[in-house]
Amino acid sequence: MITEEQTSQAVDEILSSHKKDKTNLIPLLQEVQASLGYLPKEGMQKIAGFLEMPEVEVWGVATFYNQFRFAPLGKHHTVACMGTACHLAGGKLILDALERELDIKVGQTTDDGNFSLERVACIGCCMLAPVIVMGDKIYPKMTPFKVEEALVPYKQEQHSEKS
Amino acid sequence: MLNMTYDEIRNKAETEWEVLQKGNHILVGTATCGRAAGAMDVVDAFNRELTRHSLDVPVVQVGCTGLCYADPFVTISKPDSLRVAYANVNTENIRRLVEGYVAGDDPCLELALGTVEGGEGQTISIPELPRFERELRLIMRHCGYIDPENINHYIANGGYSALDRALRVTPQEIIEELKESGLRGRGGAGFPTYKKWELCRKDSNAPKYVICNADEGDPGAFMDRVLLESDPHQVIEGMIIAGYTIGAEQGYIYVRAEYPLAIERIQTALKQAEELGLLGDNILGGDFGFRIEIAAGAGAFVSGEETALIAAVEGRISTPKPRPPYPAEIGLWNKPTLLNNVKTFAYVPLVIERGGDWFSSIGTEGSKGTAVFTLAGKVANSGLAEVPMGRTLRELIYDIGGGIVKDKQFKAVQIGGPSGGCLPEALLDVPIDYDSLREAGSMMGSGGMIVMDDDNCMVDAARFFLDFSTKESCGLCTMCRLGTLQMLHILEDITAGRGKIEDIDVLLSLAEDVKMGSLCGLGKTAPNPVLTTLRYFRDEYEAHIVEKRCPARVCPELTVYYILPDKCDRACEHCVLTCPTEAIKGGKGEVKVIDQEKCSKCGTCLEVCPPEYNAVVKLSPVSLLPSSNLSEKRAKK
Repeated sequence: MITEEQTSQAVDEILSSHKKDKTNLIPLLQEVQASLGYLPKEGMQKIAGFLEMPEVEVWGVATFYNQFRFAPLGKHHTVACMGTACHLAGGKLILDALERELDIKVGQTTDDGNFSLERVACIGCCMLAPVIVMGDKIYPKMTPFKVEEALVPYKQEQHSEKS
Repeated sequence: MLNMTYDEIRNKAETEWEVLQKGNHILVGTATCGRAAGAMDVVDAFNRELTRHSLDVPVVQVGCTGLCYADPFVTISKPDSLRVAYANVNTENIRRLVEGYVAGDDPCLELALGTVEGGEGQTISIPELPRFERELRLIMRHCGYIDPENINHYIANGGYSALDRALRVTPQEIIEELKESGLRGRGGAGFPTYKKWELCRKDSNAPKYVICNADEGDPGAFMDRVLLESDPHQVIEGMIIAGYTIGAEQGYIYVRAEYPLAIERIQTALKQAEELGLLGDNILGGDFGFRIEIAAGAGAFVSGEETALIAAVEGRISTPKPRPPYPAEIGLWNKPTLLNNVKTFAYVPLVIERGGDWFSSIGTEGSKGTAVFTLAGKVANSGLAEVPMGRTLRELIYDIGGGIVKDKQFKAVQIGGPSGGCLPEALLDVPIDYDSLREAGSMMGSGGMIVMDDDNCMVDAARFFLDFSTKESCGLCTMCRLGTLQMLHILEDITAGRGKIEDIDVLLSLAEDVKMGSLCGLGKTAPNPVLTTLRYFRDEYEAHIVEKRCPARVCPELTVYYILPDKCDRACEHCVLTCPTEAIKGGKGEVKVIDQEKCSKCGTCLEVCPPEYNAVVKLSPVSLLPSSNLSEKRAKK
């Protein structure tokens, strides 16, 4: 978790380079998320104060758009594409397999903070369907069994870190 | 800013381009699709191998040729020999290619896809591939052959000459040219482009704005991404011409945050255009000034609707407004705003350069020019295609797309994403244009085309799209928010075997209500996937409801996995060892049996069963499961 102080410092820095203009709300939220990985409550409060708008309005915008998150991501953020091509090629089975293997549901982060899981509407790599993305790496043409294989190195790394 | 005339800029660009063309060079497609297939590793491997051989040959990162199935896609260009394209290149092929063709004279035919012809103002094609006979590449003409991060490549191939020309004529002349061209908006609705431009131009309110809609949210469509990643300058040039025509000084490109590479390449393009004096104050030394900013979307499908997009640019929740008034009159910050799709802007420089009469000579009576489609799903050659309007779906899917993967039976093609419809085989000869597709119950939409085969369930497909629309509904209109949800619940019941035959009528009447009761295109078109699947595939709905059978064996509640005892090789234990829920029983030498209570229907056993046995099958309805299997289950209990 990021401390309140870290949040405050990072948000102040971002705010200092922007004009006090309500149209900057979405870019501000995007920059805070890019810097901290998610939108902590204090960060949104600071933005509301800066733009002189009600906190609830900032919360309304932040929760409307799919991009914004309100909890930190896992070290290995995993995204399952649920676009049409991926769905038709068995995307649901891939998502099920990820949930099973990571032992979390979509939108959750593992207790040790190592993995988080999200679904997205389409990443535009339909010819490689079904795909998952781990960090920056795209895994093409997945099957439930290949999901298990893809996770092995990440789990091993976690294991060796522990020992 | 350098104070150069267009001719000076062009001369400089041509010099740089010629130096590249006169020597050996390698092109690697590094759009997102190429990167996903490993193109960056290929670039690195080429550079390593070239260094190892002390060869000074540039490796140029280009966009996507549209042949995404062939990624990583590499072209080796030798001025005194053939230009050869290679498909699915991996790091293991690099040494062979460098030693064989870059350094030697062996074109490595075993790896080659074909020879590349054209360029220098002509459309590029690979004559060995029959698809190029059907295609006509206008806005894709540079894709995969110029470096999108080098403005000189675009300029050397005629880029920004339309802007130079446009600035010498009156805005009205530009509108006349657009009118003659018959260009209609490529965002899906097909509104005549010149009319929008004219409305904006005539409005005396100022300032005015130009917005490019690059919020490509339709799952399964990625042509805007490819165009922006492969040739961003044509879109920028189109926007500058638009600004000049309507009298705007500020433009925005609203692009999805999910497209980081597109954003990066647009940023680079904007910077380079400014440095050459093609953007900013006093463009090309004249009085006209124009700036473009990027607005990164935060992820909402409804933002593709123009009034909702404007709300997003203004930093608000992206909900639509009733129209009229149209954005052309009251748009961004209540000022006249010209809003067009990426592709529409991309056509503008061509129309200005080659003339409206040239453009209107392509296509059909009501739909002029070309259309760009993405082909995905069960089609052999996934990717992009640009065809003249009026080509049939069959030509697109079979001649360009190479037919169905593994030669399976075609079942349907879904056009236009969650707003479009599923068309059956009987309609494959429908010509592709705005009006014919609408008549068939679908729409051009964004141009995303998803091909389905016998393994795809049409009820499940309808459920999938409705699930998407329900999640993405902004919540403003009751019918869109709750009507689609009600329809989704009914479809979930049907796919789970709880459907009633009356449900079909309820779906049909709800669909009409949702269409009538929704303000914007999202809600108005959300029932289309359900309506078209009911129209063309009603038998599949009935099979689910009456027989509790999923003909494609997709819906988990209506399907079971079964191991054929006579096909199971008793010594093999692949399925037993890989089953994640330990649902498969049977030791070495025994026939394997699935415990249906424990089975999660993940399909791993089907996947790992060696093809020489092929012992795992899916059965639907569940009652097909042999009674011995059931009795064993009971006996265990």
